[in-house]
Amino acid sequence: MSWLITLFVILPLAAAFLIPVIGKLIKGFQKTITSVVFLFLTVLSLFFLFDGNTEVYSYKIGGWEPVNGVPIAIYFVIDGLTIFMLSIINLIGFFSAFYAISYIRRFTAENNFYTLLCLMVGGMNGVVMTGDLFNLFVFLEIAVIASYALVAFGVEKHELEASFKYQVLGGIASLLILFGIGLIYWKTKTLNIADVSDILKYSNDRSFLLFTQIILIAGFGLKAAMIPFHAWLPDAHSSAPSPISAMLSGVLIKAIGIYCIIRLFFNMFIINHEISLVFIILGSLSMVLGVFLAVGQWDIKRLLAYHSISQMGYVIIGVGIGMMILVNNGNKSVAALAITGGLFHLINHAVFKSLLFLNAGAIEYKTGTRNLKELGGLFAYMPVTYSTSLGASMAISGIPPFNGFFSKLLIIIAAIKGRFYLVAFLAVIVSIITLASFMKFQKFSFFNKSSITEKPKINEVPFPMCFSMIVLAILCLGLSLLIFPGVRETVLTPVVDILMNTTDYSSAIKDI
Amino acid sequence: MTLFILCFVLFLVGLYGVLTRKNIIKIFIGLSFMEFSTFLFLVLIGYIEGGIAPIISKNITNPVYVDPLPQAMVLTAIVIALAANSMLLAIAIKIYKKYGTFDIRKISNLKG
Amino acid sequence: MKGMSSIVKKTTQLLSGMIFLYGIYIITHGHLTPGGGFAGGTIIAASLIILVLAFGSDELTMVKRKEGSSVTESLAILAFLLFASLALIIGTNIFFHNYLPEGIIGNLISAGVIPLYNILVGIEVAAALFTIILAFIIYKEEISK
Repeated sequence: MSWLITLFVILPLAAAFLIPVIGKLIKGFQKTITSVVFLFLTVLSLFFLFDGNTEVYSYKIGGWEPVNGVPIAIYFVIDGLTIFMLSIINLIGFFSAFYAISYIRRFTAENNFYTLLCLMVGGMNGVVMTGDLFNLFVFLEIAVIASYALVAFGVEKHELEASFKYQVLGGIASLLILFGIGLIYWKTKTLNIADVSDILKYSNDRSFLLFTQIILIAGFGLKAAMIPFHAWLPDAHSSAPSPISAMLSGVLIKAIGIYCIIRLFFNMFIINHEISLVFIILGSLSMVLGVFLAVGQWDIKRLLAYHSISQMGYVIIGVGIGMMILVNNGNKSVAALAITGGLFHLINHAVFKSLLFLNAGAIEYKTGTRNLKELGGLFAYMPVTYSTSLGASMAISGIPPFNGFFSKLLIIIAAIKGRFYLVAFLAVIVSIITLASFMKFQKFSFFNKSSITEKPKINEVPFPMCFSMIVLAILCLGLSLLIFPGVRETVLTPVVDILMNTTDYSSAIKDI
Repeated sequence: MTLFILCFVLFLVGLYGVLTRKNIIKIFIGLSFMEFSTFLFLVLIGYIEGGIAPIISKNITNPVYVDPLPQAMVLTAIVIALAANSMLLAIAIKIYKKYGTFDIRKISNLKG
Repeated sequence: MKGMSSIVKKTTQLLSGMIFLYGIYIITHGHLTPGGGFAGGTIIAASLIILVLAFGSDELTMVKRKEGSSVTESLAILAFLLFASLALIIGTNIFFHNYLPEGIIGNLISAGVIPLYNILVGIEVAAALFTIILAFIIYKEEISK
């Protein structure tokens, strides 16, 4: 059964290159195969998630066994965190692809769109599965180069400019990451993450390690759009087609930004005080400045993009607080609470932010504009879009029955228990401003009756778009269940355990 | 050690170019500088004094090979850089077609 | 795009075939000497590109050729994936397993599947580079029109 995990890379790549060959001959092939592949991978990842097997498993590509205990093959590593990320990526990927069936009709090159989407998902699956630093870089580049092309998919002035900006900053980030990997290889003469972690345990070259860590934080921070590195995100995420915005904002910045940071800084480097302080500061800055930049926006997708920066701040704060407590040998249960909150917010943000981008796409699909000042009174004509976006807005601003409330609550409780009172205060304030900003979104797009008479022909969007939005809205409510005991142990606890016991990862892989 | 520091200096020269130039093609050249400095760094860390090319053959006894892994990494990174560069140049050509200029001061419609 | 002078055309005609053969040599000896799929593929692509540059071509032909080389590229990658995942199907359950006999070190036909991978990568890189250059030429034609 274990070879099934290679399908996460093989199937999207095979689909990506089958589409330009067969897609020309058979009509509708591209839509069908993309949705089918992503649905299959979603089911597979959910199967792995719920089968109750929590031990770390590694798969050696090419069948090369370790020589004298030194791993030489490229490893695919499956543990709680990987499976968790894989289910998010493929779930959101499926809904975006299904939504795109109707949405992408107005563009001409459907084959190219689905090819690039498959490449992007395949690259992200590879990033979260691989246990090898350079292989991580290769998959990361597959994913981001596909996303560069997808941002420019409209080939209009704004799309091209956004894509150019994204490519220049993304290129700098990639090269910083490659430089950091080179520095690690220079010091340790190995690329396997578990092996590197084993060697770094006995290393005492502190200044060199800090230099490497800072270069990697700058690289992955650019990919994750933390606040001093955020300039590309609002342009790129608002210019892409809506299903792609959902993928970029919901999954890409997490899979290639946050996931890599968490994996490398918890499981590879030895956790230290300075880095956790950097995380908390960067997270607070992203959280506060992101939301202040978002309040003044009138373009729906730009508003949502700035909120992505702000919400990712919560995730980084949760993880950073957990790391800080672990370093200071504080209360372990508080650290676990903080990391649980951060990761829970990660999956919640993936669901509600992609839903909001799909809503924005539905509004743009029917009205042809994204400017809030020109919209209004849509609630009578687009009931599904209205109700789902209401749910997502309540989730992102932390209204109780929805999932966003519970993850924010966990982070705030952990911050108070860990005596980070300022951070907790900022988190509450930012949540309130988020609520205000989404009340503006709801009012101006659905209720303000200024322009209702001008557009009498607007009706609900087609079935594939409705279906994706409704299921994601149900997930917004359903994910709240993850907080309750019973479900929490099967999904969130294995993930947190991997991060809490920072050295278990390397010893588990080296033993196999 | 000096060579490694010079590699990093070259990297910073490229970064300076990216950040200060106003012409799209010059920004691209800056990015290429950064790429090549990184490749140079990767090749240099694999070099061993007096090493030969890592190819197994019958005639050589007790060989000292240079580290082949950074060479494989550089080759892969060059392929990736090829894809990224051609993507960037394609966008640059499309931008020139829409705006009629390569000057980024004249094509800034979006505000980051 | 217009072609170049007849001296250039004749020289290109003479050289192009030899460059192409050299590319094939580099690809097929990829597991024995420095080189391999990527290096050989770029050489093959170069031999095709100088022909296009020297003789010129109209836009419609180039669009057709670009589509052809793009399909070739996809097929090469699919074949590569098939070879890599064949071991998953035929029983060893190892991705990228070298399931062919390895032969004697130094022979042309040795090292199992690796020469096949080299050939497929060579085709893929040649087709991809040719596609990229044709796309650039087509963009240039669109602008100068």
